[in-house]
Amino acid sequence: MSSENKQILTTDGTPLEVSLKKAEKKNKIKAFLLVAPLLLFIIITYVFPIGEMLMRSVDDKMVTEMLPKTYKSMEKWDGKELPPEEVFEAFYIDFQKLIEEEREGKLSTQLNYTKNGFKSIIKKLRRKSKSFEEGNYKEQIMAVHRRWADVEYWRAIKRRAPAYTYQKYLKGMDMYENEKGEIVNVSEDRRVHRILWLRTLEIAFFVTVFCFLMAYPIAHLLATLPMKYSNLLMICVLLPFWTSLLVRTASWMILLQQQGIVNDFFVTIGLVTDDNRVEMMYNKTGSYVAMTQILLPFMVLPLYSVMKTISPSLMRAGKSLGGTPFVAFWKVYFPLTIPGIGAGCLLVFILAIGYYITPALVGGASGTLISNQIAFHMKSTLDWSFASAMGLMLLSGVLVIYWLYNKLVGIDNIKLG
Amino acid sequence: MSVKNDFVKFDKVDKSYDGKILVVKDLQLDIAEGEFVTMLGPSGSGKTTCLMMLAGFETPTNGEIYLDGNAISSIPPHKRGIGMVFQNYALFPHMTVYENLAFPLRVRKIPKNEADKKIDKALSMVSLQGFAQRMPGQLSGGQQQRVAVARSLVFDPQLVLMDEPLGALDKNLRESMQYEIKHIHESIGVTVVYVTHDQSEALTMSNRIAVFNDGKVQQLSSPDELYEKPVNSFVAEFIGENNTFEGEVLEISGEKCKIKLSSAEILANPISVKEKGERTTVSIRPERALINPTDKMDNMHNGKIEEVIYHGDHTRVRINLLGNSEFILKVPNSSSNLDIKLGNEIKIGWNSDDARALDPK
Repeated sequence: MSSENKQILTTDGTPLEVSLKKAEKKNKIKAFLLVAPLLLFIIITYVFPIGEMLMRSVDDKMVTEMLPKTYKSMEKWDGKELPPEEVFEAFYIDFQKLIEEEREGKLSTQLNYTKNGFKSIIKKLRRKSKSFEEGNYKEQIMAVHRRWADVEYWRAIKRRAPAYTYQKYLKGMDMYENEKGEIVNVSEDRRVHRILWLRTLEIAFFVTVFCFLMAYPIAHLLATLPMKYSNLLMICVLLPFWTSLLVRTASWMILLQQQGIVNDFFVTIGLVTDDNRVEMMYNKTGSYVAMTQILLPFMVLPLYSVMKTISPSLMRAGKSLGGTPFVAFWKVYFPLTIPGIGAGCLLVFILAIGYYITPALVGGASGTLISNQIAFHMKSTLDWSFASAMGLMLLSGVLVIYWLYNKLVGIDNIKLG
Repeated sequence: MSVKNDFVKFDKVDKSYDGKILVVKDLQLDIAEGEFVTMLGPSGSGKTTCLMMLAGFETPTNGEIYLDGNAISSIPPHKRGIGMVFQNYALFPHMTVYENLAFPLRVRKIPKNEADKKIDKALSMVSLQGFAQRMPGQLSGGQQQRVAVARSLVFDPQLVLMDEPLGALDKNLRESMQYEIKHIHESIGVTVVYVTHDQSEALTMSNRIAVFNDGKVQQLSSPDELYEKPVNSFVAEFIGENNTFEGEVLEISGEKCKIKLSSAEILANPISVKEKGERTTVSIRPERALINPTDKMDNMHNGKIEEVIYHGDHTRVRINLLGNSEFILKVPNSSSNLDIKLGNEIKIGWNSDDARALDPK
């Protein structure tokens, strides 16, 4: 009651709150329209592709759609012994339809992913099924090849029934689901992905460390030099940014190769003999060197922007209060640069973990990263769903790191400029 | 315990940054123990450079600085044991007030319970008890300034340097902080070297003031002497208000001299003139010249009122006198019986003792 009495009205009698909302609504719409193009752009180029990637990585509808009747009839089958006649009949009908549409080859490829040995027996079934008689399909199909009489193969077909699967993610971690539905490691000689994940983390970590060690003094120098020198130095730091990534990587190839400039120099000063030149490329060293140089500006800039704001009188105060130059640095200056260190390290680490061109060109076999494997599956094997799965694993890895960082340092402490 | 008169000693100190210009020239300055000495001067006069040399952040190009009898030019800043208050406080923003104050004690490895006592004492000295756990960013400018002062004193230095510490505060706060710093100085007897370009601050706080200009100390004396008896025209001009006449010495005899102006002759006190014919600037403080003086004064001249500005407690009157149209008088508001109106002709008088004949401008 009392609040109603207190309601403030505008001169034309509408409540103030209502007319305020009305007035602000226009502004809100205007503001939204201004950002709408960007929002749309982000949705189309970022949210949508990532969603698409997620779908693709778990999508397993292909087989489900190719054998609709089979899977319907398999619902009651417990999978312990050979399926009953009706399953065979349904499979025969589905298969005939596939032959008509000339899609039986795809089925054999897909089923072969699940279990080796499907390719040949499907081919054989196609040939023989032309002369099948009506009725008793179980006997006829089993007579085509003894594998059709093996319950393992029918179980393999049943495993492909769900429209969605996490198999690709297991494969990305060198694991798979065996016939019994247990998740097991692949045999040791076939474990390639885990090595790549670990190597990716290792290279990203050390590149971040190297970048930090090199960038800290540079950024400090930039922040303390007089303007005319610091501008020049800044240009030197930024120069790589203005050069194509490919050109920079290629120039590292010229420098680092066995007949390259660095090796020539080592030979000249007698560090190594001519027939014993150092291998600095097509291995981890190449990746480390080139990536550190290329990612260095991403560390320098956040550090610089933070250091720029630290008043030189703080170091002086630290010294005048009795701290040695080291104590003044460690207790006063360094803690104040932590937001910049955090920003720089996070930036470099995240960029390094997904780096592609440089390791592909100078990394060789031992210096490639997970992104090179993703590219390989995108371009060569055309297993896009597997590539998507690994891409998403990489993305979630980055998000985990971001989350960890937020827990440890606090994301509010980041300062990019 | 005898007080050392040269607790801090600048001995023939020169300083040049670029090898071409001397920013400090042949500086000779003694500061006694327990004294509050202010280095006052316009910007670029070399006062901050002197302070930085004393603190150890700059080294003298030539000469030597002594602290308590020891040459300190080769001692790094952290071993000098000099407290310092910086222009922008320079509090460590990532530490609490307590940690800021604990910093100088920790690096000196003072046990925690003893350090806590010292911190409590220092905070109560600047009346900031209960603020120990605040971050500097949560404090007002004045409070940050007090923390900075407390931090510079907490490790009981014998000498504290203050580099324009009140420059960033507003006028009222600045004045109250001036008294506060002065009281702290008086109560603990520490030697303070204070740098400012604000003359009223210097006059309020100091035992002695060194007026800097052009890399040199122009005058080193107590505030009253500096104001009443400036030794040259720069000091007269820089400290307080000042009326000047340019002229030439006609006669000189002991305590008096006759100066010839363009249109008249006046009597003055010869300070830096020695001979007949020398050019000179005569300086008279506004409050030393009176309108219609009742006492007998040896300079009496007529002037025309050009401007009257009301200032509350006093009125400023600009007069055209003996060819100088910028002659300022300060008339207390109690003397309202005087006939101060724009355009009036009035009689103005001063004693020749208060008209100081200094070096020409």
